[in-house]
Amino acid sequence: MWTPFIFSFLFLGSVGIALYQFKQVFNKIRLGKPYKAKGKKIARLKNLLLIALGQSKMFKKWMPAIFHGFIYLAFLITQIELIEIIIDGFTGSHRFFHSYFNPVWYPWIINFIEILSLLAFIATLIFIIRRNILSISRLQKDELKGWPKRDANLILIFEILLIGFIFLMNSADMAIDDKGFWISGWISHFFKDLTANSVFVLERIGWWGHFIMVMVFLNYLPFSKHLHILVAFPNTYYTDIQPIGKIENMPVIMNEVREMLGIEILESEEKLHLKEDDNFGAKDITDLSQKTILEAFSCTECGRCTDVCPANITGKKLSPRKIMMDIRDRTNQFYQNRNQPNGSLFDFITNEEIFACTTCNACVEACPIMINPLKPILELRRYKILSESSGPSDWMPMFNSLENGQSVWAVNESRTNWIEQ
Amino acid sequence: MKINNIQTLADWKLKEQKPEVVFWVGCAGSFDSRAIKVTKAFVSILQSASITFAILGQEEQCTGDPARRSGNEFLFQLLANQNIQNLNKYQVQKIVTTCPHCFNTLKNEYPELGGHYEVLHHTEFINELLKSGRLKIKGTSEFKGKKITYHDSCYIGRANGIYEAPRSIIEQLDLDLVELKRCKSNGLCCGAGGAQMFKEEEMGKKRINEERTQDIMESKASIVTANCPFCITMLNDGIKSKGKEEDILVLDLAELILNNIS
Repeated sequence: MWTPFIFSFLFLGSVGIALYQFKQVFNKIRLGKPYKAKGKKIARLKNLLLIALGQSKMFKKWMPAIFHGFIYLAFLITQIELIEIIIDGFTGSHRFFHSYFNPVWYPWIINFIEILSLLAFIATLIFIIRRNILSISRLQKDELKGWPKRDANLILIFEILLIGFIFLMNSADMAIDDKGFWISGWISHFFKDLTANSVFVLERIGWWGHFIMVMVFLNYLPFSKHLHILVAFPNTYYTDIQPIGKIENMPVIMNEVREMLGIEILESEEKLHLKEDDNFGAKDITDLSQKTILEAFSCTECGRCTDVCPANITGKKLSPRKIMMDIRDRTNQFYQNRNQPNGSLFDFITNEEIFACTTCNACVEACPIMINPLKPILELRRYKILSESSGPSDWMPMFNSLENGQSVWAVNESRTNWIEQ
Repeated sequence: MKINNIQTLADWKLKEQKPEVVFWVGCAGSFDSRAIKVTKAFVSILQSASITFAILGQEEQCTGDPARRSGNEFLFQLLANQNIQNLNKYQVQKIVTTCPHCFNTLKNEYPELGGHYEVLHHTEFINELLKSGRLKIKGTSEFKGKKITYHDSCYIGRANGIYEAPRSIIEQLDLDLVELKRCKSNGLCCGAGGAQMFKEEEMGKKRINEERTQDIMESKASIVTANCPFCITMLNDGIKSKGKEEDILVLDLAELILNNIS
């Protein structure tokens, strides 16, 4: 009889705190520059459905795609049982859908959930082994040492507990009254020597355990890479639809140059002009677009980007995953000291990293949820070259010959000399 | 190889005529001795197919790709806007180029600056000529019987999704293509993009072109075809660094087909 009271208190309290934390994440994303996605809404919606909901890009590596798929599907379908738990919690009923409607589909739904949960349980165990025992290079890189690795393991343990409690709940319930669940029906054989009272207690442990883990999980999300389960959806939707080889234009500089050359300013860009204190590119997260910060919070550190990065493969310091993690960490740091922000993104990311990029777009292609590490890398380069006039000294001759000879190499001969050669 | 009868857009304007297409030669195609061979091969192909074309000659400038990608947007805008001014002056509509970097910039980045053209990479262009019959393959390829592989450049491949046209050329020559283990959208960069061509690589275990050469050696191919002057330089250097220059030949697709067209 106390259940509805305690439940309501815990549920409303933890959902309230979680919402507050999600609002903080939203505020952090809004630190970036306003962003408007390019491309038709319908095309972006298609991306959302295929890539986020349908996980199509995961299948570039089919093994993790299948195991991740089990966990993902189990997570989605278990929401039905969670809704029932919430209704039961508030009203004090027991298995509301079953007792109220007593539908023929009830055991089928639960069986479906249980089969997927069992597959998710196996997948989670495989992921724990893969992350901690097998030496998969993308899961062993430097940027994962410490908290990121603990974060990953913690989430996997949460999953084990979530699934474990639901099986405990279902199987204890099966021991009390056969409702036709296959897998928990089998588990319930272990309880046949227990007293009715003990089985009842086990059912309650399963029920409360699952509910409490859901609330812990919900409140942990805003601080974890696991936030991707929510923000991957807006992230794919807000990804530009355009050839990935295209680099973001800088209309302010375009107008400045066009004015200098005496070319008409394009109508849509009329208002954009250079101001005295303009900085170019990105020195800090406030110079990056809101989309890039959203991407940083969407990143689940899978490392598929780093795995295909030609610079990283050949031993350079650049890791696209680290770039995204750094942007997220700097955003958190910036937000914490938002009244008196100090430092910059360059406290996290070095020149050696950003100048090693070949702009090959392999990282962009590899990301299962449409994160683009190349964009911030280029913005950081722009800051170094345009605002600081620093960068690799090797590039100076190239800049000089481009400026003075309009060719990438300094050559004395005419551009048509090849005809005679 | 001596090339005759190359006319610039200015020459065409004097005649008050327009060519079918503008051939954008690019810096590498104009100045790099290896890339000049590709330029000439492509000119021969154009002439064999009786395509009327013009180059910009002195009026051509770097498209600005390396400037923009190194982060020097001012320089990019300076070059790009002057190029667009020139192209628009001649009311250019169709451009073909042998350089994927020029291709990507002309096609994807110039429209926002007021330069709207139909832009084709030469592998697409050659493939279209073959498909339409304006270019016919004669005889058996001198490379018949050899193992041939193809290196996808980042800027034709991933950046613009052109994977089939280059392969179709190899197919139409009736040659056997072995794919590299990292190909198409998973293709590995040669190491030149993003203006890396013009600077020393950062500290690491090896060079990127050496890593790519490893893929080529594993394919056991004796010819590696490419579509980009910078890839060709990088692959040649990588192959030399492994002492394999006698065993593996790097060819642009225009060169592969050159002796089999009429």
